[in-house]
Amino acid sequence: MLDIQNLNVVFGTGRLRVEAVKNVSFTVKQGEAYGLVGESGSGKSTVLRAICGLAPITSGRVIVDGKEVTTPRTKDFYRTAQMVFQDPYASLHPRHTVDRTLSEPLAIHGVKDAEARILQALKEVGLGPSFRFRYPHQLSGGQRQRIAIARALILRPKVLLLDEPTSALDASVQAEILNLLDDLRRQLGLTYILVSHDLAVVAHLCERLLVMRHGEAVEETPSDALRSGLATNEYTQSLIQASQGFTRNSSSAAA
Amino acid sequence: MAGSPTVSQSAGLRAWLLSSEPGSRWQARLGRAYLGWRSFSRNPLAVLGLGIVILLIFVALFADFIAPYSPIVGGDLRTQRLLPPSETYWLGTDDQARDILSRIIYGSRITLFVIVLVSIIATPIGLLVGTLSGYLGGWVDTVLMRITDIFLAFPRLVLALAFVAALGPGIENAVIAIAITSWPPYARIARAETLMIRNSDFIAAVKLQGASTPRIIFGHVVPLCLSSVIVRVTLDMAGIILTAAGLGFLGLGAQPPSPEWGAMVATGRNYLIDQWWVAAMPGIAIFVVSLGFNLLGDGLRDVLDPKAAK
Repeated sequence: MLDIQNLNVVFGTGRLRVEAVKNVSFTVKQGEAYGLVGESGSGKSTVLRAICGLAPITSGRVIVDGKEVTTPRTKDFYRTAQMVFQDPYASLHPRHTVDRTLSEPLAIHGVKDAEARILQALKEVGLGPSFRFRYPHQLSGGQRQRIAIARALILRPKVLLLDEPTSALDASVQAEILNLLDDLRRQLGLTYILVSHDLAVVAHLCERLLVMRHGEAVEETPSDALRSGLATNEYTQSLIQASQGFTRNSSSAAA
Repeated sequence: MAGSPTVSQSAGLRAWLLSSEPGSRWQARLGRAYLGWRSFSRNPLAVLGLGIVILLIFVALFADFIAPYSPIVGGDLRTQRLLPPSETYWLGTDDQARDILSRIIYGSRITLFVIVLVSIIATPIGLLVGTLSGYLGGWVDTVLMRITDIFLAFPRLVLALAFVAALGPGIENAVIAIAITSWPPYARIARAETLMIRNSDFIAAVKLQGASTPRIIFGHVVPLCLSSVIVRVTLDMAGIILTAAGLGFLGLGAQPPSPEWGAMVATGRNYLIDQWWVAAMPGIAIFVVSLGFNLLGDGLRDVLDPKAAK
């Protein structure tokens, strides 16, 4: 479904040159959920943005649904892959109602039965028709993220790029959104690429994951290994340890 | 306030407007407008400004019915010249024995004409130049902003003078001259707003839906820039009125006998000591309308531009 080969992303030139992603390769099968994990600045979000065209592909190949992507991306590409952003407070137009936000992609792609599609999209993400004419300021963070998911799904894409979809939300709402994403994947047969710094989120949603550090791929591992704490790479181990929170080691306890 | 049925009815209307689950596009829009009006009407000075502007529009529309005398044809030059304010002539008469009140009432049409025309010409130009330059960036930005700088460097009144000198005096030429010099600030504001908006996630989201650049600019960027530009235009209205009056005063705007307020002040100059009302009355009219637009602009800023509010 998705094939990334030796992807490099470079921003700026000369002294300002930053190699955000260096030689990253991975493949994701149809219906699979694939995680990209790493600390801040590891280039995981940049990989996602390079796939959908928000960041430049300096070299390497990105193949989505059997076709290599072009710059600028075609309308077909946008019907195949859609993205959900990190911050639902920033990703919805503040002056547009839910209705307008959802009808925009339909209008761009000339979809006929907009009315029915909007109502169905709202239903899919667990919101009733009563939400249709609300403005973003009348919605909670979790509801906004549901709208953002509905917007991404309304064109019926095959691939969903998720950029830390829960990190801006409360813990209880996080679980709701994750379950919703899990259900939607099964119902609609979607392929996910999930970027997160939260190992628990990735382990919950994804089958396989790629650990990144300083723009490079460190290790690809099944998420079972993460859950059982059996990672081969040292860096992955340290990430797992960090995710378990602060533990007082014995020497400091004695002092 | 009123009888109980009215109260319950208005309460029902308010609930409908403030409903958190609007049933239609219109209800959502009206609800938003109502919220804006509520915060606007909390500011009494802004409401006063709005009142003055509405009064100006009303007077201009119905000048034929309101004005007691003709604004052009005066009375008896021997007996009715330069009369002080009285019951027959509320604001007195001028040197041509014309009723000053009627002239001010008809003059409101010219003022309104200037304001409307300048804002219709300057606002879209400024908005378009600003959003295009901010959103597209690169060489488009450089070229458009340098052009803006050039226009910004023209002194407004001097350019208007040159323009009027070249094309001949008249209110239309004055309007064109004012419009040409007043769009650059709007372009600057629109560009600054666009620069903030263009990197936000909701613009990235609509880009990822495959939206074309014109669609993004006109459907998503312009509506967000519009409010701050409208505020600025309203605040500039006072300056526009003063410039138009200034051109009239210099004899380069509306030509006699048309009752332009600036030209009326200019005639009154000759009688300033003994017949003060000839210059003072149109001067007060200019002052009140300018003040009205300033108050309205301030109120609008508090509603439309929450960042600038205290």
